[in-house]
Amino acid sequence: MNLYPVRAIYMAEMARTRRTLLQSIVSPVISTSLYFVVFGAAIGSRISEVNGVSYGAFIVPGLIMLMLLTQSVSNASFGIFFPKFSGSIYELLSAPISHLEIVLGYVGAAASKSILLGLIILATSGFFVPLEVAHPLWMLTFLVLTAVTFSLLGFIIGIWAEGFDRLQLVPLLVITPLTFLGGSFYSIDMLPPFWQGVTLLNPVVYLVSGFRWSFYGISDVSLGASVAMIGLFLAACLATIGWIFRTGYRLKP
Amino acid sequence: MNDPIITINGLNKTYKGGFQALSHVDLTIQRGEIFALLGPNGAGKTTLISVVCGLVTPSEGEVLVDGYDNVTDYRQARERIGLVPQELTNEAFETVWNTVSFSRGLFGKAPDPAHIESVLKSLALWEKRDNRLITLSGGMKRRVLIAKALSHEPRILFLDEPTAGVDVELRREMWQVVRELRDNGVTIILTTHYIEEAEEMADRIGVINNGEIVLVEDKQALMRKLGSKQLTLYLNEPLEALPASLDHPELSLSAEGYELIYTYDGHQEEDGHGIPTLLTALEREGITFKDLHTRQSSLEDIFVDLVRA
Repeated sequence: MNLYPVRAIYMAEMARTRRTLLQSIVSPVISTSLYFVVFGAAIGSRISEVNGVSYGAFIVPGLIMLMLLTQSVSNASFGIFFPKFSGSIYELLSAPISHLEIVLGYVGAAASKSILLGLIILATSGFFVPLEVAHPLWMLTFLVLTAVTFSLLGFIIGIWAEGFDRLQLVPLLVITPLTFLGGSFYSIDMLPPFWQGVTLLNPVVYLVSGFRWSFYGISDVSLGASVAMIGLFLAACLATIGWIFRTGYRLKP
Repeated sequence: MNDPIITINGLNKTYKGGFQALSHVDLTIQRGEIFALLGPNGAGKTTLISVVCGLVTPSEGEVLVDGYDNVTDYRQARERIGLVPQELTNEAFETVWNTVSFSRGLFGKAPDPAHIESVLKSLALWEKRDNRLITLSGGMKRRVLIAKALSHEPRILFLDEPTAGVDVELRREMWQVVRELRDNGVTIILTTHYIEEAEEMADRIGVINNGEIVLVEDKQALMRKLGSKQLTLYLNEPLEALPASLDHPELSLSAEGYELIYTYDGHQEEDGHGIPTLLTALEREGITFKDLHTRQSSLEDIFVDLVRA
């Protein structure tokens, strides 16, 4: 493996984040803070504790996960879509660089941004609610695995998308609804039995549950199920990217 | 000279819609030459370059770059190639320095600010190094693309329509840059619509039409072989018809008999039958002229004839 191309892509992508600091970092932090104000302070004050955790603290892992998923997809999809859109992808495709190196550069940068953002949001939430992290290593593991997996998904979407409208389609119509309905703001115990069953079909439930377990030791599904789900998702994304490069799908005519 | 740096064997490319862009292309590019690929729009020039550079997957055939297969040994093959695309494609908000440095890294080379500085200076971009690309003129953007292609010190440079939309002054400056690169041992392959460009710069000419290479020839030999010449004599007295001794297909009258036009090729001249024979015949017939004009067909004429054929 040649690390110079990986470094070149990674640094160029991180430089783009610095140029768009307001959009990349400040905007998600402000919107998360608004969630805390609305759900945590205004509504949360009327809701009793959930499984022994104050409502404001309960929603912290879900909010971080919401931002992590949407920003990972958004960063990675834009990172590879923009060269396609501008035509400068010719350089990437004609360079002596392996598929793995391309993915490491783009997905590595997108995941790094998301992880950084997740940690900033975690720190921000400390201003609103008392925080505790019961299993810090697991918390970091979930943070990294989720960021990488959804950055891979974003990379796939960026290659698939033929216009800016499609680029927004999956984050808006799939990721955000699944996250909202994935137990970010509630425990699935609070739902009627039928809807509990339906909710278990939502893969994001497993991610939020595992992440929340790393904070408070409480979860909707078992830790093993959460790890298995994210592993499955990771494998599916890697297999899809492998297929894209093998066939040249939407990259090479 | 037989030191091929690119060898293309039996290349075919049929796109998904069924359009065959390349058909049984065999081509060899010699090390250190400037090779001009001419062809009308849609002839397959860009597809051929794209296959060599790895942007398009061929349906059949192989491409060897300095002996390396461009699919199985893609790293060795691609690191030798720099590509300047036809379209002005740039990251609009990057600076000149950053985008050229990025290209070097992307091609697997360690950072070398001294080399980047040298490339930017050679292309008159040094003063613009901190400018964002969006602020540059079209000509400057074209230079940036060349700088990016040269950032990793390629041995082969593909220039796809390098001077399209560029003013005359800049075009001549670019030709100078290309000649300097060739002098430094870089092999240049350029596609162009400007026949003048090929005529001015190329060592060899290839003509592609409907995805097939219809001719590859040394430029001078091509001009000699296919280029026709024309001599126009402005007569003192008009002729109603050519005398029987001058009634040859190469001779014709125009301008109501005041102009005698002689069309001939290089071979007739070499064989000693051309103009001297004509002048002797004119003298014998008592035909005098007050002025004359000669014209040699350009590469453009040759190209049009070939494509029409």
